[in-house]
Amino acid sequence: MDRAAIIGVGMTKIEKRKIRQTFADMAWEAVNKALTDAGMTMDDIDNVVTTSSDFWDGRTISCMAVGDASGAAHKNISCVEGDGTYGAFYGMTRALSGSYRTTLVTGHTKGSESVSSLITNAAFDPIYERSLGMDMITACAMQARSYMHRTKTTSEQLALVSVKNHGNALKNPLAQLPLNLTVSDVLASEMVADPLHKLDCSPVSDGCAAVIIAHESVAAKFRQKPVWVRGVSFCADSFFFGDRDLSRAGSLAQAAKKAYAMAGIHDPKKEIDVAEVSDAFTYQELLWLEEMGLADDAAAGKQLERGDFNLDGPLPVNASGGLLSGHPVIAAGLYSMAAVVRQIRGDAGGFQVKKAKTGLVQGVNGLGGQSHCVWILDKDK
Amino acid sequence: MAEKENIIIESGDAVQPFAYSVGMHGSKFFAEIRDHQRFLGIKCSRCGKVYIPPRGVCGDCFAEMNDWVEVGPKGVIGTFTILRYAFIDPETGVQKPVPYGYGFIKFDGADTLFQHYINIEDEAKIRVGARVEPVWAKHRKGSIRDIEYFKVID
Repeated sequence: MDRAAIIGVGMTKIEKRKIRQTFADMAWEAVNKALTDAGMTMDDIDNVVTTSSDFWDGRTISCMAVGDASGAAHKNISCVEGDGTYGAFYGMTRALSGSYRTTLVTGHTKGSESVSSLITNAAFDPIYERSLGMDMITACAMQARSYMHRTKTTSEQLALVSVKNHGNALKNPLAQLPLNLTVSDVLASEMVADPLHKLDCSPVSDGCAAVIIAHESVAAKFRQKPVWVRGVSFCADSFFFGDRDLSRAGSLAQAAKKAYAMAGIHDPKKEIDVAEVSDAFTYQELLWLEEMGLADDAAAGKQLERGDFNLDGPLPVNASGGLLSGHPVIAAGLYSMAAVVRQIRGDAGGFQVKKAKTGLVQGVNGLGGQSHCVWILDKDK
Repeated sequence: MAEKENIIIESGDAVQPFAYSVGMHGSKFFAEIRDHQRFLGIKCSRCGKVYIPPRGVCGDCFAEMNDWVEVGPKGVIGTFTILRYAFIDPETGVQKPVPYGYGFIKFDGADTLFQHYINIEDEAKIRVGARVEPVWAKHRKGSIRDIEYFKVID
């Protein structure tokens, strides 16, 4: 199979409210940063994929509204409604299709312009779920309870995810919420929906990220050393929460297994050096790590306490601060991807980890992790 | 120096009303709740899984389902939360009184979980595995609100 590489990344700072920027302004900033990072001009980009959510943007066909600022004039532009990692997947297949050699992928969200609980409520089934008030926090609180019940993971262990990730964010100038916290701070924060405290939840955020993906034939032509895609896969579970085992994420285990197989990874715990995973809520980091085989089943909390996932631990997880420190929902996966790309290139700045040859990125689409997209990125082809 | 001014355009009060089709499965399900206070699930003839709410297709088997089965009305709490944050009711647009209980119920005879409110009068009794039964609304219209909530009967 032909190979693809990520050759440029660009992100806006994640902020609570980007009142000075429209959606297109955010795209303009991120796209230009990515082009500069890659050492490319818009003429070097063959096609564009934008990633956004119509509900969050408050308009239908939201992808078309950012086309001009994303350099799509006179080019083929297409869009994905879902996490940025899915936009990147589509962008990669286009770069590998033979029709294009380079794809610019963007993802943006402004959580600040609407009522997030009403937006996530609208993703649930209108006949059986929506009118009762189900939203993302309610659903994830029930998933957290289910995971904690099965694994005996404690609230203190959940809180430690928040302490670690907000602490990591102190070293990431793009993060929205760098915080010096203790476990007691997290446990003392407002109980939002049992068992989730306010500091167990990611904030409402604005931001846009862009990545440039190239076919191997042109990947080394520009400024950056390419970061190679060694493996990638996504899998989806049932739509209805009630149909799934909420204490697990079978579709993630499957997606990870396929991505590892494609990358030729036999022992992920040993072979993955650094990971950025979807920590929209504290418990998710632990659950996802277990399902991907990066932590032992029901033991991620204990490993966290041991320091395994710290910036200087054997497997740094969310060294960038993760989504707990800034969560522009649709762009989230692209921020994670960009963070891993920078780790592998050795230019992650303050949150650079010691060893970063092989990295993992996980993006989530749908409610409570209905679908997961797993990428294995590598310094070597 | 003049004060900075942020100019914001608000979306206004216009709404986009929708008329969602409940479908044949939902119609039968809600009519049965309204008229007989019974829960109907549907069984996949291939894998045997009993789904609630009922729908036309078993996703695992990609097979059409036609085998209706009664489930519940009693069951156990599969998982739950107690909502404590101010939440705008999507039905009315006004703030919902908190706290309230929300859970997934595993009905006797069903393989999937059904979500609804859980009465939290006695919070100590709310736990995964607690037995529950529905409390029916007096005036039932054929909707999910025909069930007021589930209460713990342990």
